[in-house]
Amino acid sequence: MSALLSVKGLEKTFGQVVAARDINVDVPQGQTIGIIGANGAGKTTFVNMITGHLTPSGGTIQFEGSDITGLPSRKIMRLGIARSFQVAQVFPTFSVFENLCAATAIARSGSSVIGAALSRFVSAGTSADAETAISQFQIGQFRDALASTLPQGVRKLLDIAMATAGNPRVLLLDEPTSGISLEEKFGLMDVIMGALKARGTTILFVEHDMEIVQRFADRVLAFYDGTVIADGSPAEALGDERVREFITGTLIRSKDGKLSAGRASHA
Amino acid sequence: MTGLRILLGALILGGLGAAAPFTPLWLISLVTLAMSTGLVVCGLIILWRGGLVPFGQALFFATGAYTVALSGRWFGMTDAFLLVALAVIMAALVAFVVGFLLAQYREIFFAMLSLALSMILYGVLVKSETLGSTDGINVAQASFLGMKPRGPGYTFALFWLALGMVFSAWLGVSAYLNSVAGQLAGAIRDNEIRVEYLGISVTNLVHLKLTISAALAGAGGGLAALSISHVDPQMAYWTTSGGFVFVTILAGAASVPAAFLGALLFEIVRTIAVALLPGGWQLILGSVLLLTILFVPEGLGSLMIRKRAAVAEKGAA
Amino acid sequence: MITVIAIVTDGLVYAAWLFVVAIGLTLIFGVMKILNVAHGAFYAFGAYAAATAIGLYFDRGWPVAGGYLVVATAAIAIGLLMGYILERVFLRRVYGKDEVVVVLITYALFLILEDVLILIWGTDGRSAYQPYTEAGSFTVGGLPLSVYDIGLVGFAGLLAIVASYTIKKTTFGRLLTAVIYDRETAAAFGVDVSRVYTVTFLVGAVLGALGGALTAPKISVTPGLGVEVIVLAFAVVAIGGMGSMEGALVGALIVGLFRAGAVHLIPQLELFSIYAVMALVLVFRPQGLFSRAQPRKI
Repeated sequence: MSALLSVKGLEKTFGQVVAARDINVDVPQGQTIGIIGANGAGKTTFVNMITGHLTPSGGTIQFEGSDITGLPSRKIMRLGIARSFQVAQVFPTFSVFENLCAATAIARSGSSVIGAALSRFVSAGTSADAETAISQFQIGQFRDALASTLPQGVRKLLDIAMATAGNPRVLLLDEPTSGISLEEKFGLMDVIMGALKARGTTILFVEHDMEIVQRFADRVLAFYDGTVIADGSPAEALGDERVREFITGTLIRSKDGKLSAGRASHA
Repeated sequence: MTGLRILLGALILGGLGAAAPFTPLWLISLVTLAMSTGLVVCGLIILWRGGLVPFGQALFFATGAYTVALSGRWFGMTDAFLLVALAVIMAALVAFVVGFLLAQYREIFFAMLSLALSMILYGVLVKSETLGSTDGINVAQASFLGMKPRGPGYTFALFWLALGMVFSAWLGVSAYLNSVAGQLAGAIRDNEIRVEYLGISVTNLVHLKLTISAALAGAGGGLAALSISHVDPQMAYWTTSGGFVFVTILAGAASVPAAFLGALLFEIVRTIAVALLPGGWQLILGSVLLLTILFVPEGLGSLMIRKRAAVAEKGAA
Repeated sequence: MITVIAIVTDGLVYAAWLFVVAIGLTLIFGVMKILNVAHGAFYAFGAYAAATAIGLYFDRGWPVAGGYLVVATAAIAIGLLMGYILERVFLRRVYGKDEVVVVLITYALFLILEDVLILIWGTDGRSAYQPYTEAGSFTVGGLPLSVYDIGLVGFAGLLAIVASYTIKKTTFGRLLTAVIYDRETAAAFGVDVSRVYTVTFLVGAVLGALGGALTAPKISVTPGLGVEVIVLAFAVVAIGGMGSMEGALVGALIVGLFRAGAVHLIPQLELFSIYAVMALVLVFRPQGLFSRAQPRKI
């Protein structure tokens, strides 16, 4: 079965700085991949190249068989790859419902500006899609609240919900739990993963919290110094010596014998 | 826009049209001119909602006006409907061309570049003998589908034409504001990058808004040209642009009828001010503007919402 | 060859005048982020005040040399007065508001001031040629040059040097630079931003009035003066970079020389050339030639 998303020999240099070297990843449909690595290791560069925010200096990105290397974000989004942001990007003066309507309306009316001018904003389809997203992400109680008044966790959910508007095949989540308190992290991820799996989305998420990665990822990509140093199941990747040395720090064995990563040393 | 609202609007405008023969001519002319300003303001509202404030809308206004004047002088065209249509097309064309550039700018740079472009037109018009230079060009009396009303009839005919234009603009702009493109104005103002990431080009949306607003400004310019029977370079000057922005502030960015009511209010206040204090009407107008900005923020609609959003963002972070 | 000299001299004189007018505008924008449309009013008031003062002075037959002092004093006085009133009463309320909203407020103030001018001085023009004509003229290579004009260029140069020195070498200049770069950080370091604002605005107002006062002897002072000047000043500041002193100088030189060139070679392009340059700079370097500010461009 050919991969949904395929990255070969991807590279990115900014002048003298090599942010990414020789990255090769094949992502099959339906997989959930956790991306780990210290700050500056190349995770965000990787995500930015796939979503079109950055143009790779070398290598190719293929999606559903066609080459999407270097395409602008808008086009990549239309092809079916979406992303959420580390700092939730929403429309502060719109309500949660209106935010989602904006997202679903754009998804429905297509990328043509003329098309957007000719389609009505308030339509049955747009509202229905928005309501579906609200219930899937369980933010119904905030439906009519202004986005600027939302608690951090709900803003993140809104941001991700908006990213799902066009039913993307692939969704990249940039640190979905950053800025969320420890007690709420797991709950948040449960909701997110539940909603996304229900849509059958292939998920790549960048995370610093190893417990989250262990719990929710089928597969882990570990980045260091611009390249992938480990690629396998969470146990394999987190057990890898180099991963331990550069990313996760010493392993801790808990009472029931389970291996979990200690505090990561963020370079 | 329900059918009921459209009917109501048609009735009101129809009523105004029917009242024309019983109204003093000077009042009809004043209202006609107010409607031409109102058309320009409709265009400004479209841009305003997206957080864009151009300081050079007079570029399109003057383009429309001069198109009418020159089509008459060079090509002998006299049909009012044709002339206005040409004014709209030319202004939209100019906007389409400069839009490739202008649509990439925001905030103060958008305003300044818009100003520069309008002053370029002014500079060309003032110095060009062919285009009438500082004296401007007289506009011949128009015909209406073959009919040539003269005297009071001409004033009425222009008034009815203006009412028709207002009605069309109202329908068109309302439809636009309810479309996806129109409703996204607030989103663009709030978070442009997010809009891009939802899959639509903001630059293209702004380009579209510019073109539509220019078409409206051109329509206003064409109507003004016919109403005053004269065009001159002042129509492209920065103070003319300033006047349009002024009215937009009075009107607020809330709705299309607001644009026309605001324009009418402006004309009335100006007329009263000139009568009360001939050497000081700018003082009165300036004070009204100042008070509106400082104390009646709803008049500033979108701009204040943008500030509120920024404050809200800071508070929530 | 004569034409080249004529272009250069005319250009320099025009540039000198533009520089004096624009430096106040760019200073106010750089420090306070206010694009002050009312700057045109400072100019107009300065011109009228100077014209009146010169008229009163020379009517009494007092010595010519003192006339120049009168011009300067009139400008400073009116600039301080207007600047103080505007800043205290109106601008205090709008610090921190959206940039575009502030421009609209200064536009409203400009409209009001235009009429206040007419209320005070009426609609007739004024002429106060004495300082200009008394200074005399001489010819260079067949080209008549007015001593007053040379003086103007000299003054502008002096102003540029003083401004540059003040910004770079004095404590206040350093404070100013800090506030221009980042107001919040400067405040966090203990800079009294409010005082800096007031002083800046007063200086800017005086410079604007000075521009008007220095021009008064060269032209017929009429209402509507401010309207023409302000948009030219905008062009200079946009070209040079909003908030940059060097930018104001270079912008003034560019506009001055282009205009002089147009006037002597292709008169139709006189106004067009100025705004075309402004548009070109905005296209290729929106922040202006010397500014460090990042433009909002997508």
